[in-house]
Amino acid sequence: MTQNNRLLRIEELVLYFNTRQGPVQAVDGVDFVLDHNRAVVVLGESGCGKSSLAKAILRLLPRNAGTYSGHIYLEGRDIMPLTEEEFRQNIRWASISMVPQAAMNALNPVIRVGDQVGEPAIVHLGVDKTEAISLVKKMFRHVGVPEDFISRYPFELSGGMRQRVAIAMALVTSPILIILDEPTSALDVLTQANIFNVLKRLKKELGISFILITHDIATSSELADDVAVMYAGQIVEVSDAYRFFDKPLHPYSQKLMASVPRLHGDTEPDFITGQPPSLINLPKGCRFADRCPARFEKCAEDPLVIETDDRKVKCWLYS
Amino acid sequence: MVAVPQAKDIENKENTRKTVLSIDDLHVWFELKRFGFGHAGYVKAVDGVTFDIHESETIAVVGESGCGKSSLMKTILALYKPTKGKIVFDNKDLSELDNKGLHWYRSHVGYVQQDPYGALAPFMTVQRILEEPLIVGGIKDKENRIQRIHKAMEEVKLTPVNDFLQKFPHMLSGGQQQRVVIARAMIMEPKLLVADEPVSMLDASVRVEILKLLSNLQEKHNLSVIYITHDLSTVSYFSERIFVMYAGNLVEKAKVRQVVDNPLHPYTMALLTGTSEPDAKNAETFKELPPGEPPSLVNPPTGCRFHPRCSKVIKGLCDVKFPPEFEPEPGHLVACWLYQ
Repeated sequence: MTQNNRLLRIEELVLYFNTRQGPVQAVDGVDFVLDHNRAVVVLGESGCGKSSLAKAILRLLPRNAGTYSGHIYLEGRDIMPLTEEEFRQNIRWASISMVPQAAMNALNPVIRVGDQVGEPAIVHLGVDKTEAISLVKKMFRHVGVPEDFISRYPFELSGGMRQRVAIAMALVTSPILIILDEPTSALDVLTQANIFNVLKRLKKELGISFILITHDIATSSELADDVAVMYAGQIVEVSDAYRFFDKPLHPYSQKLMASVPRLHGDTEPDFITGQPPSLINLPKGCRFADRCPARFEKCAEDPLVIETDDRKVKCWLYS
Repeated sequence: MVAVPQAKDIENKENTRKTVLSIDDLHVWFELKRFGFGHAGYVKAVDGVTFDIHESETIAVVGESGCGKSSLMKTILALYKPTKGKIVFDNKDLSELDNKGLHWYRSHVGYVQQDPYGALAPFMTVQRILEEPLIVGGIKDKENRIQRIHKAMEEVKLTPVNDFLQKFPHMLSGGQQQRVVIARAMIMEPKLLVADEPVSMLDASVRVEILKLLSNLQEKHNLSVIYITHDLSTVSYFSERIFVMYAGNLVEKAKVRQVVDNPLHPYTMALLTGTSEPDAKNAETFKELPPGEPPSLVNPPTGCRFHPRCSKVIKGLCDVKFPPEFEPEPGHLVACWLYQ
């Protein structure tokens, strides 16, 4: 399995959270694959479970996590049966790292950024401090942070610089996969564009793969090779970026695409009426049916994942 | 077929429109103190801004964080006092208003905050939140207040109204919270609405809905709106004119289409380059962006403030002399030496 180009294969991944009202089905049977040196974008509205998906992959579970099952194959090896200690030593940050949401505010305010970025290298790679610092310098060069920023504190850096530092922290252990959770949503336009330039360069020069989790379709196209659209805990469409941005298949993806305001062109943006269902009381059948303009009788049953031309779509319209 | 209005007609219409708010050479500086009393310079957040906004006109102020757009907005809301220059609303100079006058002014200006959850008191119900400005505004009759709350909530489409009145903000979705904020801003029937990034905290699919709501309200009530944002892609659906702000100055002022189709200032061009459209080809190319970051507003660069990052800099001119406004095409003002 390791000879081919497949980096990650996720099968039937499930993560529920226990609450007093019942289980929250945040990730409900997610399947997707990712090849080496590719980037997949997970698109969805807030509350669709996309951040929980990131946590499920990295096994960063909160205390109220309930059902957690499925298979995650990393280079052909199932990492779900690993013990917590094995997972920590071999997978988390060693192979897969993450830039959390609002990472720029996640830095410790009383520790110099160089020490913070070096810490994963000391913990996971077992290097000593001087070696860690030289690694940090290397990573800072990759992400475009001046080397002398090493001894600065987070408050001395701008938002964009802090975001770069957070990316450097995910890079320092040379992982093969980085999960980015809304990496630019709090940033200005030019800073956003700069960060995407950095990510593109990392992908090209270091051959890293990315899972980019976002609700911003326009900027997601800056990095996407493949697109997975998530709705109410499930993946409803998987496609390559070219065909997706040209012509999305699932009615939800089409609506999402129509809601993007465009600089040029005169098409009025549209919006999706209604709200996504609560993940506690999920409707039977297709979960998007209530908001779908193309619904018909069959939508009362849960749609199958239908494969057409290497694209997958969970919608009865394509059966 | 609807007759297409000629450029001349539009011009005439604009000339006859009444000016609602006029800002003249506005400076807002904040003093920096050393050890609590020594003077250590100024943060020049707004440094010479001039514009007018007409009745039922929407303008957008576009700029990055730290360019002074929030200080500009807060000065317009009379929360900060201008260091120099003046703001005139309805023929009255804001700096001359006493407490009673400010009370009057604020009942005519609505404010839509950026973060709806932070803007709504978590311990108040929707009804209480919307009642507050009416009580402050001196409407004593409870019946009347409730009536106006119902009307405002119907306008922002929080219906059925009775389902929402007794809810607390945390029970509402982000979009619904922002509707409450808009209802609160509209409840005193203002003439001018200041919207500070009203959709940046919302989901992409809800953004358009809220922007459409704002633009419907604007048309219905002949509102003037100042829309502050860093996202150029939403501007063209919503505003007539764009003002681009950089380091405390307005560097380009023009109609939306002029700016989007024919940007003149190098900074505006960079902003447009930085704005993405959904297209898979984006992933293959790197964007050419100006190096560096916006300057500190304590010691801004001499001459044009964009010159250290500008690729078209004219040595000996841009770094020495502050560019005045030029008008290379009618109605399109740009503060850049390239167009002298």
